[in-house]
Amino acid sequence: VALRDVNVVVPTSAGEALAAFGDGEGVTVVAGGTIVLPELVAGRLRPERALLLGRAGLDRITRAKGRVTIGAATPVSALEDGDEPLATAARHVGDLEVRAQATVGGNLCAEASADAPRGDLQAALIVLGAEVRSAGGGGERTEPVEQFLSGDVRRRLVLDVSYEDVPRHAAYAASWRPHAHHYTILAVAAARQDGELRVAATGVAPRAVRLTAVERSGDPADALTGLEPRDDAVASAWYRTRVLPKLVARALEGVA
Amino acid sequence: VNLTVNGVEREVDSPALQSLLHVLREELGITSPKAGCQQGGCGACTVLVDGEPRRSCLIPVGAVDGASITTVEGLGTPERLSPVQAAFHEHYGAQCGFCTPGFLLATHALIERSPGADRAAIEDALAGHACRCTGYVKILEAVEAAVGGAS
Repeated sequence: VALRDVNVVVPTSAGEALAAFGDGEGVTVVAGGTIVLPELVAGRLRPERALLLGRAGLDRITRAKGRVTIGAATPVSALEDGDEPLATAARHVGDLEVRAQATVGGNLCAEASADAPRGDLQAALIVLGAEVRSAGGGGERTEPVEQFLSGDVRRRLVLDVSYEDVPRHAAYAASWRPHAHHYTILAVAAARQDGELRVAATGVAPRAVRLTAVERSGDPADALTGLEPRDDAVASAWYRTRVLPKLVARALEGVA
Repeated sequence: VNLTVNGVEREVDSPALQSLLHVLREELGITSPKAGCQQGGCGACTVLVDGEPRRSCLIPVGAVDGASITTVEGLGTPERLSPVQAAFHEHYGAQCGFCTPGFLLATHALIERSPGADRAAIEDALAGHACRCTGYVKILEAVEAAVGGAS
């Protein structure tokens, strides 16, 4: 299939986007394009249909009825001055230009590859107790982030993510990233709301994981319970195994 | 797809999913945006889209229909450099030159956005731009001079 033969749709409303996405079969969603465009141009990805999401009106952040709702096509940069730990997580994504182009929905759906960890916002959204509203086969549904991430993400069109608009203690601890290094190797998000502690990590598995053992014990030594960190092009499993408990300790201090 | 490139309206024939970088270089013959890593990591393909710095290698041209694109060709001329170009020239901010277009455009956008940017703000704004000659000291001196001249 030539690039020219892909059916490209540019929906101008959420309704048009839903109709064009259908059940997601053979469809690639291009929101910011930061992950999929190189795949398309290099010919590694050739869908039957591509949905350019930038003009579908899904790029707004609203605060209403006690919830913060972030449209799927909202740029990551729009989160940088917002609620923690999402704001700090957003500032750790890529660089200034990439953050302005990359979207919340794309980052939420991103899966780590052998080349790079991805999906920096996932851990922050998990500890915020965020819910994902998505459409696809079987219609629209709203579910917790962890449940959404454990499903077939490629067959869902994310509409928005939302979380309770309440005060909470939050922290985000990330491994130091040198200049010209595009990805955050490892990061831990924590939030304490009404006495309940939630902790999650990004960079240890293909998608962010909740550290339930740490939530129960409050002990950074439990960080690796049930986890087997992976090697990729930017860091080894050995490194991640040693750094993760330290980042958990820093994040826990931040919500103490 | 229609673009206004450096003030000139252009009709684009490339597929909507083709990258803006490819369209500029291969279809329109505008070669200052460089095809470096072609995955968003090096900054050499940076152009201004409606005044904002963006990676042209990551943008499907169909997503910027109607947009105004600025490349280095639209900044100044050899006889009449833009103030940012003049600062890079004066302070030896270019070595091999491959990364220079991206740095110039990102610096133009930075000055528009925050005319009094300090060193930390400059480093943050340019963090996505790699200079493989590692000429960062001279580049940062040039950018500081350009920011100072504009404020």
